Amino acid sequence: MIELTAKSPFDGMLPLTVGALSLSEVDTGAMTALSARKGQGEALASAFKQAHGVAWPRAGRATGREGCRALWFGHVHVLLMGPPAAPALAEWAALVDQSDAWAVARLEGAGVRDVLARLTPLDLREGQFKRGRTARSEVAHMPASITRIGAQSYQVMVFRAMAGTLVEEVQTAMQGVAARAGG
Amino acid sequence: MRISCPICGERDRREFYYQGAAVALDRPAPDAAAQAWDDYLHNRDNPAGPVREMWHHEAGCGAWLVVTRDTVTHEMLASDLASRVQEAGS
Amino acid sequence: MRLPKGGLIDRDQVVRFSFDGRHYEGLAGDTLASALLANGVRLMGRSFKYHRPRGVLTAGSEEPNALVTVGQGGRQAPNLRATMLELHEGLVARSQNAWPSLEWDLLALNDAFAPFLSAGFYYKTFMWPRSFWEKLYEPIIRRAAGLGALSGAHDSDTYEKAHVHCDLLVIGGGPAGLMAALVAARAGADVILADEDTRVGGRLNAEREDVDGKPGHAWASEVEAELAAMENVRVMTRTTVTGAYDQGSYGALERLPADVAARAGAPRECFWRIVARRAVMAAGALERPVAFAGNDRPGVMMAGAVRAYINRWAVAPGRRVAVFGNNDGAHRTAADLVAAGVHVAALVDSRPDARNDLDVPFFAGAQVCGSSGRKALEAVEIEVAPGRREKIQADCLAMSGGWNPSVHLACHMGARPEWSEEIAGFVPRDGMVPGMSAAGACAGAMSTHACLRDGAKAAQDALGELGLKAAKLPDVPDAGDAPYRIRPLWQVPGRGRAWLDFQNDVTVKDVTLAARENFRSVEHMKRYTTQGMAPDQGKNSNVGALAVLADATGRSIPETGTTTFRPPYVPVPIAAMGAGAQGQGFAPRRLTTSHAASLAMGAPMIEVGLWYRPSFFPRAGETTWRQSCDREVAHVREAVGIADVSTLGKIDIQGADAARFLDFVYTNTFSTLKVGRVRYGVMLREDGHVMDDGTTARLGEDHFVMTTTTAAAGQVMRHLEFVHQCLCPDWDVSMISVTEQWAQFAVAGPKSRDLLNGVLDMPVDGEGFPFMGCGAVTLAGVAARLFRISFSGEHAYEIAVPARYGASLFRLLVARAEEMGGGAYGMEALNVLRLEKGLLTHAELHGRTTAFDLGMERMISANKDCIGKAAAARPGLTEPDRERLVGLKPVGAVKQLTAGAHLFDEADAATRENDQGYVTSVGFSPTLGHYVGLGFLKRGSDRYGDVIRMVDHLRGVEALCEVTPPAFFDPDGGRARD
Repeated sequence: MIELTAKSPFDGMLPLTVGALSLSEVDTGAMTALSARKGQGEALASAFKQAHGVAWPRAGRATGREGCRALWFGHVHVLLMGPPAAPALAEWAALVDQSDAWAVARLEGAGVRDVLARLTPLDLREGQFKRGRTARSEVAHMPASITRIGAQSYQVMVFRAMAGTLVEEVQTAMQGVAARAGG
Repeated sequence: MRISCPICGERDRREFYYQGAAVALDRPAPDAAAQAWDDYLHNRDNPAGPVREMWHHEAGCGAWLVVTRDTVTHEMLASDLASRVQEAGS
Repeated sequence: MRLPKGGLIDRDQVVRFSFDGRHYEGLAGDTLASALLANGVRLMGRSFKYHRPRGVLTAGSEEPNALVTVGQGGRQAPNLRATMLELHEGLVARSQNAWPSLEWDLLALNDAFAPFLSAGFYYKTFMWPRSFWEKLYEPIIRRAAGLGALSGAHDSDTYEKAHVHCDLLVIGGGPAGLMAALVAARAGADVILADEDTRVGGRLNAEREDVDGKPGHAWASEVEAELAAMENVRVMTRTTVTGAYDQGSYGALERLPADVAARAGAPRECFWRIVARRAVMAAGALERPVAFAGNDRPGVMMAGAVRAYINRWAVAPGRRVAVFGNNDGAHRTAADLVAAGVHVAALVDSRPDARNDLDVPFFAGAQVCGSSGRKALEAVEIEVAPGRREKIQADCLAMSGGWNPSVHLACHMGARPEWSEEIAGFVPRDGMVPGMSAAGACAGAMSTHACLRDGAKAAQDALGELGLKAAKLPDVPDAGDAPYRIRPLWQVPGRGRAWLDFQNDVTVKDVTLAARENFRSVEHMKRYTTQGMAPDQGKNSNVGALAVLADATGRSIPETGTTTFRPPYVPVPIAAMGAGAQGQGFAPRRLTTSHAASLAMGAPMIEVGLWYRPSFFPRAGETTWRQSCDREVAHVREAVGIADVSTLGKIDIQGADAARFLDFVYTNTFSTLKVGRVRYGVMLREDGHVMDDGTTARLGEDHFVMTTTTAAAGQVMRHLEFVHQCLCPDWDVSMISVTEQWAQFAVAGPKSRDLLNGVLDMPVDGEGFPFMGCGAVTLAGVAARLFRISFSGEHAYEIAVPARYGASLFRLLVARAEEMGGGAYGMEALNVLRLEKGLLTHAELHGRTTAFDLGMERMISANKDCIGKAAAARPGLTEPDRERLVGLKPVGAVKQLTAGAHLFDEADAATRENDQGYVTSVGFSPTLGHYVGLGFLKRGSDRYGDVIRMVDHLRGVEALCEVTPPAFFDPDGGRARD
């Protein structure tokens, strides 16, 4: 009998703490990308709500909570994080397993926005990017998804293969921010 | 430089990929005359003033956009989803 | 000389530093310039061309003379302005452009030859012989001229770049900027206030002037404290806004204080990209010199700078100070000197009607027309009346030719300012930079109160545009509102050199010479004389030079033109703009799940796009890469090899129109592909050239997974989205990249099925998985995808598992392969294997080849339209004379082939006009025992069997080759089907 062992995307590289700031790996459970079949958008949204108990997110929004979260993930895609997508949704949507495609991390602590300012061109001002907002953008030149999940807490996702670069870039940014703060 | 995405709002230019003139939307019929294909593929004006261009919000939502901007003033005049423009039959 | 009292310095905090190896003491709050002046050091630099001794001229970022180098080795930073360099404990600064020392500079000989070194000297003198330029003249000139130098070592400092967004950016923290920021911030706008100084206040820190009944600097500090306490405000001191760009984007360079920059992980500088919905430029004004003979002698300073040194730093720039000006600022300077107890030797006002109420020697309608002194000013000569001169002992001259509004940023997008006769300076027009307005001195408001009013109004206007309203009309505090009275004075006639551009050593004579030689356009004059081209970009000299040119050509200043201001406003280190991009930070690294295992096996990595892939896996006893590569090829041909192919792009395509969509993007037909089967496809660009190739598997009726090459994955994804969204948006297709979801490994070779059947939960056979079959399998209960495809020509599979299992599966497969006499293979072997089979990569699909060139014209289906089909049929893309894909094998004495070599008929000279084609890929085939190559040859597919000459001019290799079909090994493909 053979055995296959699973590795997480960050595989021991996290958590990382610099002063008040930390980057930690999030085990989100399953991740499924959903996109509505032609003309099935509304039907999918209501079936999705019924199946998973969270609203189908509008552009730039995240719904649900840790354990079952739906992220707007692009012009046609929503990413369900947590439970596997209900197979019945395939009637209205193309379902694609992305559980292993993304490295998901939580970046948090006082000064977290200053860290992100060194990594992404997004406007993350308090009034512009409130809790429940999500965006696709770049983080240190990597395709990324950024979601505000708390007052001082963001979920940052990059391609799994780029997990190491994310850790390095966030570490550098954190050190710069912490050093200014007196660290 | 910043570009408005109809889905994401105004974003930094680095999130976008530039393709070229929005004539790309008007693909000739397969059996169109050589001149029509030549015009579609190769012949471009280089106007000083408003231009319609294809931009891809590649590092953002993934939508293809038709962006109208002024090459003299650099003003961004309009932006729309390419799929919407195409389905509206423009 | 430090004054006994006053100044915004901390007299209790002594700071030790050194300059040119000598040790000095300054005070906290000093700049290097103020500290050197306090220590009586007046010689701070040598000029660019003539190596003239120079002292500090200004107290700000426009400083042309006092440029120094700090740091050593990788931390060496040249051309830092002593006026901007915050004094800190242990600062080590050195002068520049002098040898052997600042005091005794041998190249000061240049100064003696000055009559020969006039404008255009280099152009005229070093014209011939032409060959001397590169080898002789240029190196000598480069060594003699120039400012500070880089060390040549890798920059070991840390730099940062960052983005920041706001409603209102206020550029400059003087009275106008502070007022604008305050009004906007109180109304709730997100405000950034940026100022290049260490503290806000601008001229308020340098003048004896009250605002709101308290000293101006105290008022500024109070405003700063109020702003700093507000959550919607970011006060950025030590931050110069360097450029204005499209859509409200601004660049800014922040210099961190030395004590912060010294902390672990802290940057030395940060380059900010600011995005602001609105901006108020409150950049102030720069005082301009008057051109008179010898006006560059150390000790000659700007009057405003003299006031700054006295009032802010409590430093007297001289013991006997003469003051010379064409405006009321001269009187203010004399008053400040008197108040500080410094002797005023003379007050010279060029305006005949000027009045004086100070008890100092006063000369109205007079001009300073000369200076004397060896390395510093000792006396000035005053023309008190036409033809009557008087010499007055003075070790410092404070001069003022008036003030130039700092319009630079307003001009960065190409607009030109307009001339104001009233203040004899250029002022911005409205709308020069969309979304930015100007307020205060940079807009021509020349009193403190006018600046405060202007700032408040600019903020109110901006708030209106932002849709925010100020709660009430802001109260503008009381402040001085004296008129600005000036009578233009640009140059004092007379013998001797009168300097316009101190930094680039351009004199009045150079500009008039340029005019005489018909360089009448200001742009021509600048290029001819190099005026305004130094690091200060003409901040001190542009308007003066323009005025002299106007005079020399008999035109008014507005007729003569304006100069062009381009970003950056101050020099910005490339290291700051490219922060983080050194070494591995240059680009993200994309690592496969087998990366660690490959490294552990000693595999050197090569970069393919952002991916890192193993070249080969050396084993004990192998000393060259070829030995490893040959062995790995043999593993695949004779046993079984394992390669990580996860880097190939994988795109999941679903929808009722998915098959139709694939028919449209591929030249061949996919709608006829059966579920559970894989097909090779070729994709064209719309212009008829090949974009990419790869296999696509049909997983379900409406479900496909497409494979792209590693290099073109992004391009193909973008292209597919384009075709869908822009050409057929009404089709039911949806796609998403699954490249990162799956770790995929090639299992290739005659023993591949045996190996797989040892790890799969259910064995596979030729019936269930025929050549080009695919389906779901499991190993150790993990759901996987198995594709029977081959890039080596062998019986082979690719197995894909969720990426979390990739590392584990790779080790398992390699271990099993090694047990079976095989092992892992890298990119080198993969390349040889595909070359032996004549299979393509982007060496061949290089963007200029068509399906016809590749011998794939029959893959363009006649029964349907596809992207690129119409163009591919154009006569030029199918003419028989085109270069077409061939195989090449050496048949002469030289057995080596090289990629990039060109092909010639045997009898022809190897020259461009005889070119018959070129070689794209080569490799040594251990299977066949000789080199094999692919290339493109005119009419190639008609020339199999011919002998052709390969010439590599670059590497000096020449070989005779036989032209063959591309596939060298197992051409009918039987091995893969077995």
